[in-house]
Amino acid sequence: MLWLLKPETLPEKFAVMILAILLFALVMGLVLAVVDRPKLPKWVPVAGYLGPAVLLITFGLLWPGMLTIKNSFFSRTGADFVGLENYVRIFTDETFVTVIINTLLWVAFVPTIATALGLVYAVLVDRTRVEKFAKTLIFLPMAISMVGASIIWKFVYEYKPASQPQIGLMNQVMVWLGLEPQQWLLNPPLNTFMLIMVMIWIQAGFAMTVLSAAIKAIPDEIIEAAKVDGVTGMKLFWWVTVPSVRPAIVVVLTTIAMGTLKAFDVVYTMTGGNFNTSIIANEFYIQSFNQGQPQIGAALAVILFVMIAPIIIYNVRQMRISEGER
Amino acid sequence: MSQARIARGLVVAASATALLTLAACSGGTPAPSGSASSAATDEKCAAFKDYGDLTGKTVTIFTSIASDSEAKPHIDSYKPFEECTGATIKYEGSRDFEAQLPVRIKAGNAPDVAYIPQPGLLQTLVRDNAGKVIEAGDLAVKNVETYYDPAWKGYGSVDGKFYAVPVGANVKSFVWYSPKMFADKGYTIPTTWDEMIALSDKIVADNPSGDVKPWCAGIESGGATGWPATDWIEDIMLRVNGPEVYDQWVDHSIAFNDPKVVAAIDKAGTILRNDKYVNGGLGGVKTIATTSFTEAGLPILDGACYMHRQASFYQANWGEGVKVGEDGDVWAFYLPSINADQKPVLGGGEFAAIFADRPEVKAFQAYLASPEWSNAKADATPNGGWLSANKKLDINKLVQPVDKLSYQILSDPKAVFRFDGSDLMPSAVGAGSFWKQMTDWIALGKSSQDVADAIEKSWPAK
Repeated sequence: MLWLLKPETLPEKFAVMILAILLFALVMGLVLAVVDRPKLPKWVPVAGYLGPAVLLITFGLLWPGMLTIKNSFFSRTGADFVGLENYVRIFTDETFVTVIINTLLWVAFVPTIATALGLVYAVLVDRTRVEKFAKTLIFLPMAISMVGASIIWKFVYEYKPASQPQIGLMNQVMVWLGLEPQQWLLNPPLNTFMLIMVMIWIQAGFAMTVLSAAIKAIPDEIIEAAKVDGVTGMKLFWWVTVPSVRPAIVVVLTTIAMGTLKAFDVVYTMTGGNFNTSIIANEFYIQSFNQGQPQIGAALAVILFVMIAPIIIYNVRQMRISEGER
Repeated sequence: MSQARIARGLVVAASATALLTLAACSGGTPAPSGSASSAATDEKCAAFKDYGDLTGKTVTIFTSIASDSEAKPHIDSYKPFEECTGATIKYEGSRDFEAQLPVRIKAGNAPDVAYIPQPGLLQTLVRDNAGKVIEAGDLAVKNVETYYDPAWKGYGSVDGKFYAVPVGANVKSFVWYSPKMFADKGYTIPTTWDEMIALSDKIVADNPSGDVKPWCAGIESGGATGWPATDWIEDIMLRVNGPEVYDQWVDHSIAFNDPKVVAAIDKAGTILRNDKYVNGGLGGVKTIATTSFTEAGLPILDGACYMHRQASFYQANWGEGVKVGEDGDVWAFYLPSINADQKPVLGGGEFAAIFADRPEVKAFQAYLASPEWSNAKADATPNGGWLSANKKLDINKLVQPVDKLSYQILSDPKAVFRFDGSDLMPSAVGAGSFWKQMTDWIALGKSSQDVADAIEKSWPAK
C-alpha cells in the first residue's frame, strides 16, 4: 500500500485522487449530518466549527506573531536580549529612515489618488451608454497579478539611450516630443512616484467598483429633491453624492491603505528596493531572508503591524456603521 | 429545507471540484532511480573500495541548481558512485536555496548534503546552528588535502574545523573582448593596469562621437543587484593593496572604510564612473545600475564597446552561434595587475557540507572531493561551463577554451588565488550592504567614502 503515499503511475494517481475525494465527501457528509441532529447539545457543532479556526489562528497567526514581537527585542541569533536596539537602528540608520519615509509616501498617495480617481470615474460613467465597457476598462488591472502588472510597467519605463530605438512606451513618447529619454526607475525621489503610479493603476478599479455600487444605492428621491432645489453639476457632486457615499469612501480608503502598506510585489519586481525605493514590506523580507538579519526583519514587521492596526480598527468600525445604516 | 439541502450539495460538489484540481496538479516528479545492480568491473570501482558497500542506502542532496539542463550533469556525475557502492543519491534543486536552507535546518528537515555557494553562508550556518553542520569525515579530509590547494580547505573551514569540501570553481579576473575588433584596430592585449588605461584612452580618442566606448558593464541582478560591482572592487583591492591586506579586509581586521579600501573604490571609479569610458551602447554611467549583468557584455558583439570585465561563467551568456575562443567572436584576457610580475586571481566556488552523521553521507562527501568525481562531472558536462580546482582534474576533459584557461590560471604556481570577498563576509554585508551601497555608488553618485562608511556601519557586531 506504499503507493498510496507515493503514487507514481497515472492509474495510481487517479486512484489516490478518487480516494481523497471520497474521504472529503465522507467528512463533509458527516459534518452536515451531525449538524442536523436536534438532540445534540449546542456546544458540539459550535466547537466543531470554531475549533479549527481558533486553532489555526492561534498557531498560524497569534503564536508566530508573538514570536516575531519577541525576536524584535533580541539579537540576531535570538540569544541575547537587546531591548530597543533594533528599533533604534531602524530609526537612526539612513537607509531604514528612507524606507519608512517611502512607506509613508505610499500610504499617503496611493489610497487618496486611487479613491479620488475611482470616485470621479464612477460618477462620470454612471448611467451613460458606455458604462459597462468603461468600467471593465478600469477594472481590468485588478484581474492581473501584482507581479504581472509590475513587469508590464517595467517595460513601459524601460530605458535605452537616445541613439538606439526605444522599447519602453514612456521614453518613446519622450523621444516623439523631442525630449531626452529618462531612467524613470533610477532617480529618487521620482522613482518612488513611478512605482506609486503602478499601485494606483491597480487599485483604482477596486475603488471605482465599490463606489459605483454605492452611488447607485443613493435613493432617486434625494437626487430628485436636490435637482428640484436647483443643485446640479459640481454642487450636486460635492453636497449630495459625496456625503451619501461617505461610508463607502472610508472603507475603500482604508482597504487600499492596508493593501498599500503590505505591498511587496511592485517594489520587489521593479527595483528590488534599490535606488532608495524600498518600503517596509519589501525591506523586512530582504533583511530576514537575504541578508540574514531576522531581528531587523522582525522589528520592521512589528512597525508595519503598528502602522496597519489603527487603520484596520477604523476600517472595521466604519464597516459596522455603514452596515448599521442599511 | 430542500433548498438548504441543494445548497449543501452544491458546497460539497464545489469543494470536491477544488480538491480534484489540486490533486491533479500535485503530480510528484519520479525520484531518480539508482541503478545499483549493474555489475561494474572491479577495475572501474577500485577507487571506490574505501567507501564500502552502501547498498540500499540513500543520500539526499540540495542545491541552488534548479533547471533541468543544469541539474542533469550533476545527477549524472553521481552515477559512478551509485554503481560502485550501491547507494542512491536523491537530487533536489531550488532557486530559493539560500532562503530555504536555513529554514530547513531550523525546522529539523535538513538535507543530507547541500552545495553552499558562499563560505560566508557556511560560517553563518555553522555558528547559528550548533551541531547541525557535521564535520567532514577522515576520507573527505584526506581527499581535500591530497587533491586541493590548502587555501580551499581554509574556505571550507569555520573556526578551525573543516566542514565543507570544494566542488566547483570559477575564475573572475577576466576581461572579455572581441579578438577581431582588437585586430582590426591594431590594439594589443594590455598586460599591466596602466596599459589597460592607456588602451581605454586610445579607444576614447579613436571614437570622438562617443557612440563607441571602451567599457561596458551592468550590475542589475534582481535581488542580488550590485554584486558585479563588488567583484570589481575585490579585483582592484587584490591588485592595489595585495593579498595580505585583502585578507584583513575580508575578515574585518581592517575597517571597511580604511583609506586603502576607499582608494580601491576610487580606482574602480576611474573606469566605472567615467562617462567617457562607460557604458558602450547602453548610455552613461547610471545605466550600469539598470543593465542586467547577463546582457551587459553583449554590446561587444555590436561593436559598441571593447571590454567587459566578468567571470569565466559569462561564456554561457553570449548566445547561440557566438564562438568563444582565441580565434572566435569573443575571448577573454586576464585582468592585468599593476605590474606584470604579480598575478592575483579572484575566483569563487561551491562547497558541499553535510548535515547527517551517517557513513553513506560521509562517503558521498568524500567522493565529491575525489578526482573520480571531478572527472565524472567534466564527462557529464559535454557543453562545458564547469571546472573544479581539483589537481587531478584532466584538463583535456574540459571542452570550453575558457574553462581550460581558467583551470590553467588556477593551477599556475605564480598565481595568488583569493576567494570572492563578498562571499566570505557576513551576509548582512556580503549579500546586503556591500551590494546595495555599490549600487548607490553608481546609481546615485554617492562618494566612495560615504559608501565605505555605510558598509562599515552595517558590519554585524558578532
